[in-house]
Amino acid sequence: MTATLLVFFILATLSIIGAVSLILQKHPIHSALSLIVVMVALAGLYLLMGAEFVAAVQIIVYGGAIMVLFVFVIMLLNAGLEEHTNESKLAGFPGILLALALMGFVAATVARSTTSASAVGGTVPGALSSTKQLSTLIFTNFVYPFELTSFLILIAILGAIVLAHRENS
Amino acid sequence: MIDFLSAHVEIIITLIKILLLLFIVLTVNAYLTWFERKVVAHMQSRWGPHRVGPHGLMQPLADGLKFLFKEDPTPAGVDKFVYFLAPLLALGLALTSIAVIPFGPDPIRILGHDVWLYIANPSIGLLVLFAITALGVYGVALAGWSSNSKYPLLGGLRSSAQMISYELALTLSVVGVLLMANSFNLTEIVNSQAHPAWGVGVLGWNIFSGPFPQILGFFCFFIAAIAETNRVPFDLPEAESELVAGFHTEYSSFKFAMFFIAEYTSMITVSCLCAILFFGGWLSPFPTSWTFTYYLPSLLLIPAGLWVIWDGIRYETIWGKMVLPVIGGVLVLLGAVLLVPQLHFVNVFIQGPFWLLGKILTFLFVYVWMRGTLPRFRYDQLMSFGWKLLLPVSIANVALTAFFVLLRSKP
Amino acid sequence: MVPTSYYVLLSAILFGLGVLAFIFKRNIISIFMSIELMLNAVNLAFVAFSQANDKLDGQIFVLFVIIVAAAEAAVGLGIIILIARNRQSLNVERVDLLKL
Repeated sequence: MTATLLVFFILATLSIIGAVSLILQKHPIHSALSLIVVMVALAGLYLLMGAEFVAAVQIIVYGGAIMVLFVFVIMLLNAGLEEHTNESKLAGFPGILLALALMGFVAATVARSTTSASAVGGTVPGALSSTKQLSTLIFTNFVYPFELTSFLILIAILGAIVLAHRENS
Repeated sequence: MIDFLSAHVEIIITLIKILLLLFIVLTVNAYLTWFERKVVAHMQSRWGPHRVGPHGLMQPLADGLKFLFKEDPTPAGVDKFVYFLAPLLALGLALTSIAVIPFGPDPIRILGHDVWLYIANPSIGLLVLFAITALGVYGVALAGWSSNSKYPLLGGLRSSAQMISYELALTLSVVGVLLMANSFNLTEIVNSQAHPAWGVGVLGWNIFSGPFPQILGFFCFFIAAIAETNRVPFDLPEAESELVAGFHTEYSSFKFAMFFIAEYTSMITVSCLCAILFFGGWLSPFPTSWTFTYYLPSLLLIPAGLWVIWDGIRYETIWGKMVLPVIGGVLVLLGAVLLVPQLHFVNVFIQGPFWLLGKILTFLFVYVWMRGTLPRFRYDQLMSFGWKLLLPVSIANVALTAFFVLLRSKP
Repeated sequence: MVPTSYYVLLSAILFGLGVLAFIFKRNIISIFMSIELMLNAVNLAFVAFSQANDKLDGQIFVLFVIIVAAAEAAVGLGIIILIARNRQSLNVERVDLLKL
């Protein structure tokens, strides 16, 4: 059990606990906090894999901007506890089974396809993904999607303003 | 046991460094509050704290004891988990950001191991600091919301909206420095300022040199950082005369102390960053050939110690007459010891941290000076300043810096 | 070192948990958060494969996914605010008819 494997298991357990807590919590703000825990654990996993720039962007953008937006909306809309539902609880049981089947199917496919290839991960952190190499790729091979995403963000800003605008008449 | 320790000596060294740094940062925090109260008081023509200990030097201790022993009520109807989490988050994040700041260029050689003057030196050090700043919004927003009361909620929402708005200008204003230094690593950013024109140190700093002097960038960064740390003139959400006390109204005793410490620690972090990014970090402003400036720490310590002794002899209380000369004597002794030629290597070693400390203290003084001088912004003025002035100026700085770097780098 | 299949397995588990949250939660904002969880699981798989094949394209795609998620969160939360204003409830069972 090397140190890397130990850290992987700790971070993986943390992310799974966060995801399960997202489902089980009754107040949306607690779900939001659990999702933030998942995102920080995933950023730790990215660091473990040597993808430091992606880890930093994950925390800055996902954890520091998108989730703040969620928390704001929950606070402003005064979202309360989840209401009691009249739906059948019995129908949830096959739902859980199907989700487990989905997970098992993906897991089995992955296990079968990567045992033959010696896809052992873990390069030296920093050697794979220096920011310079990432930015070279973005601005040479991927410059067209990059410009398109800037367009996309502009449209999203316009859309959000139009949607949240209150008529003053 | 011994071979377990010797195999994992890096971890032991890092743990000791963490404890030491925590102790130093918390002590500096405490005396920063003393410094602020004294300086603001003298700017307002009154004396600050001067009863508790000579010159009020025991005031932070008294404040700390008060925070520990005060009653800590939990208001009714609060969301208990989030109410307890918010100050922990604020304090934890503020203290974590000190871990990536390098305090000097050379390592100390202790028992055969190189001990560097930082806890971590990741190649994306600056991005780590921004990530921690981005997460710091949660402490404020969650504190305001969980207090189940309208003043904290409004104060929390306003404060977190302000922090998010100025975070953009903060990160953009640093891009000019990154373009010139070609790295996110804080040590490398300082080292890129070490090649000044004519060998004069000051001309190598990012704010004066390079393809495009980063004056705009520095002003945008400093102003945005003051807004991030919720200090005057941007402290509307937590000012006493406005929203009672803003997002930390319902917090008392130790939890309030945690917010307080978090604010002052982020002040210290911002001062460190200003010094490192724009003012050359640990580089001396004098030309590198002037090695006699190595005696500057002694030249400052000895007169300071003599002045403290002289002030102590004439002090009013007997306790002050005893303690102050002792402190002054220690300072004089330190200064004299550094003049001894056998200990010259110590002198050479502390040059870096000495200059960095001087610059950090200068920025902290500017922070406190602004508190004593400026009135505060109204909330709509604050937001329009951040979005309509600071953000376009930061973007213009990035564009201009990129243009000049490209011009300079054409072969 | 950690085999890539471990990372992809974790990504599959997180994705399945996201699907479960999507089905079982009744608050619109919680459902939206489960979508973010699914996107994060997919990001983890991308970075794992990028590391296994020693190419950076996976990480660039992760950056694009994060950008798209940010745009989607902005617009989606705008829509949620409108729903809350018009139906006065955040329960997704009350929003099942086009008629108010």
